[in-house]
Amino acid sequence: MRVMAQVGMVMNLDKCIGCHTCSVTCKQAWTNRAGVEYVWFNNVETRPGQGYPRTYQDQAKWQGGWVLKRGKLQLRAGSRFSRLTRIFSNPVLPELSDYYEPWTYEYDTLISAPLGEHTPVARPKSLISGKPMQISWSANWDDDLGGGPELAPKDPIVMKIRDQVGDRVKMEFEQAFMFYLPRICEHCLNPSCVASCPSGAMYKRSEDGIVLVDQDACRGWRMCVTGCPYKKVYFNHRTGKAEKCTMCYPRIEVGLPTVCSETCVGRLRYIGLFLYDADRVTEAAATPDERDLYEAQLDLLLDPNDPEVVAAARRDGIAADWIEAAQRSPVYRLAKEYRVALPLHPEYRTMPMVWYIPPLSPIVDALRETGHDAEDADTLFGALSSLRIPVEYLAELFAAGDPAPVLGSLATLAAMRSYMRGRNLGGQGDPSIPESVGLTADEMYALYRLLAIAKYEDRYVIPKAHAEVGRQLEELGCALDYEGGPGQYAQPSGPFGEASGRPVPVAVENFHALKARQTAEGFVDPADTSAKVNLLNWDGRGAVPLGMPGIRRLDADADPTEGGPR
Amino acid sequence: MSTADILLWVALPYATIATFVVGTIWRYRYDKFGWTTRSSQLYERRLIRIASPLFHIGILAVLVGHVVGLVIPESWTEALGVSESLYHAMAVALGLFAGAATLVGIVLLIYRRRTVGPVFAATTRNDKTMYVFLGAAIALGLLTTLVGAGVLGEGHNYREDVSVWFRSILLFQPQPELMAEAPLSFRVHAVAGMLVFVIWPFTRLVHAFSAPLGYLFRPYVVYRDRGPHDPGSRAARPGWERIGQ
Repeated sequence: MRVMAQVGMVMNLDKCIGCHTCSVTCKQAWTNRAGVEYVWFNNVETRPGQGYPRTYQDQAKWQGGWVLKRGKLQLRAGSRFSRLTRIFSNPVLPELSDYYEPWTYEYDTLISAPLGEHTPVARPKSLISGKPMQISWSANWDDDLGGGPELAPKDPIVMKIRDQVGDRVKMEFEQAFMFYLPRICEHCLNPSCVASCPSGAMYKRSEDGIVLVDQDACRGWRMCVTGCPYKKVYFNHRTGKAEKCTMCYPRIEVGLPTVCSETCVGRLRYIGLFLYDADRVTEAAATPDERDLYEAQLDLLLDPNDPEVVAAARRDGIAADWIEAAQRSPVYRLAKEYRVALPLHPEYRTMPMVWYIPPLSPIVDALRETGHDAEDADTLFGALSSLRIPVEYLAELFAAGDPAPVLGSLATLAAMRSYMRGRNLGGQGDPSIPESVGLTADEMYALYRLLAIAKYEDRYVIPKAHAEVGRQLEELGCALDYEGGPGQYAQPSGPFGEASGRPVPVAVENFHALKARQTAEGFVDPADTSAKVNLLNWDGRGAVPLGMPGIRRLDADADPTEGGPR
Repeated sequence: MSTADILLWVALPYATIATFVVGTIWRYRYDKFGWTTRSSQLYERRLIRIASPLFHIGILAVLVGHVVGLVIPESWTEALGVSESLYHAMAVALGLFAGAATLVGIVLLIYRRRTVGPVFAATTRNDKTMYVFLGAAIALGLLTTLVGAGVLGEGHNYREDVSVWFRSILLFQPQPELMAEAPLSFRVHAVAGMLVFVIWPFTRLVHAFSAPLGYLFRPYVVYRDRGPHDPGSRAARPGWERIGQ
């Protein structure tokens, strides 16, 4: 046994209202730069729907993840050698149109158009070609089942279920079933993107299991984009390097939750540690039957309260406070103790470490609409087995098509719901309800506290990185004595174009962007597109966002109040 | 032999080698972040699907051809029983095939670069310069193959002058007089080729050094420690290294 620690996340889908706050704050923090305009490290997709990029779950098409070949794990995209022969043009790389073509609007015409009969409009303009464009797709085009009858049936999972159950799936979906699925990188235990990288630039951090791309070592072979079955590694088309969700490691290292978690208004995300047995990962990922992968993955997670595990963890160099954090880990409790959180697509054999609590609310809603008491335990349990379609859909997402784990999780949630109603209506609660799902009344109440009350300190149990291990968290310490730091920053690009030279530390970049905004007297020279700008809180001051037309400088002499419409 | 000959066939080769080696080391140390293929496949994938493998496989074959033709002395192949005419027939056949693939590939790639909007928008001045040099060297190379084979003009056995000159440079006993008498097309191609190597370290061509052969031999999943490496990208300044590491 070799114990390793993994920062994991659980998302409670019942609470997700699809507000996209996580996506927006993540984009603000990480991908508001040229080259990654189309990239959402965090995205929220409506299910059923095609997802982002379109139909990414169709692995017959996109060739992500692992398969078993003669009992051994191999990347679905082919052997090492055969993939190297395809290095000159990767045949299964998604094109930009599979994500969407990013755009901005010609805001300039709103203020610079001459006085005329018609109100000027800001036309959409491609951020890729710079030409006017028709917007025909985006990262969440089918949000809230938009375009439902046309788009939702192309959901790879709907197609799969339809093959099994027949055509009635489609109608029932539209009437009864919709939920949101926020997705980030899964920070897998057996990451196929890392295994795909020819340069060895992608790696899993041994301290906390976060999967990262070494920007200095990436050579832009693009194999990782294909390798990841969740399509959560992206190609920065300006720098020619792969980028991905970093689990906000600079925040995690100091004990803060990720930006997406911190800003989640539904408070549906949980972050904590898993301890797992690194020696058995490959073996577990090579479990012959897809439907056993969920159990195999659970089996990898070690009980942090087991003295034997604690001793092994100490031996393997895991600090005492990390073990203590693992013992209080909400994600371990939800995934392994209560078994309400399930991995996304375990059949990809990557051992994903972002887990999901399947949504009960669509079933409750369906019941309520038909006039039933949606909080009565018996009715709910009955509905679980009769509402086949949602359960089968969830089973395809979270358990390789096996309905048992999904039903188990939903039963626990249903039991919690009716048990807590009993307690809230003044009684002691019916102890037979928790028992029916194998929990005691106290355990059920604890689950309720964790899921419904969801206190900040219960949701996030994140031990700080050890300074004696992490040496110097340079970005947090003194990022400004970076060469070309404050005062010398005006040359962000090296002699080989924008992408060249040493990267500017994130802290320095943000510092300058903020300073430019706060101290700018007027509008900056439109010709200077060197600075990178945060579009969403850009107020016209500071540098002009890339791709945006030049802003006319206000005449210094003219009194703006006299000018009238310009 | 004129001063120009000395400059072209002694000074230029050594300057090329020096620039190539020092430039590559400098680029690697200074600009690891800019060291990439900078693929444009994301913008367009149908043309690149044909053009890129055609070009790359072609140019690798051309590379092998150059190494064999320039480095292996004629006496060695003759000792193996390969006659001059047989050798040239083979070299010309393979050379034309590889050269044609490379040329068609690069023409398609340049066509794609010019006509596909996003690809053109992402093309830097550096790229354009590189294409001029590389394209010229390839076209002249193909022309030279035809001249050498006697398809154009009377034919020429370059292994008796150009190859010997090439090795003389590597052995630090330059024999510029051999090149001075070689046919014009060979001389022009040699200069064009050297110029490609001069600009090489400063263009995206450096990605050729990153051919990921090590991938075949490493474990699938890579683990890395956070420490003792600093998380930042910058090494400690001289005199500010941490004590006790």
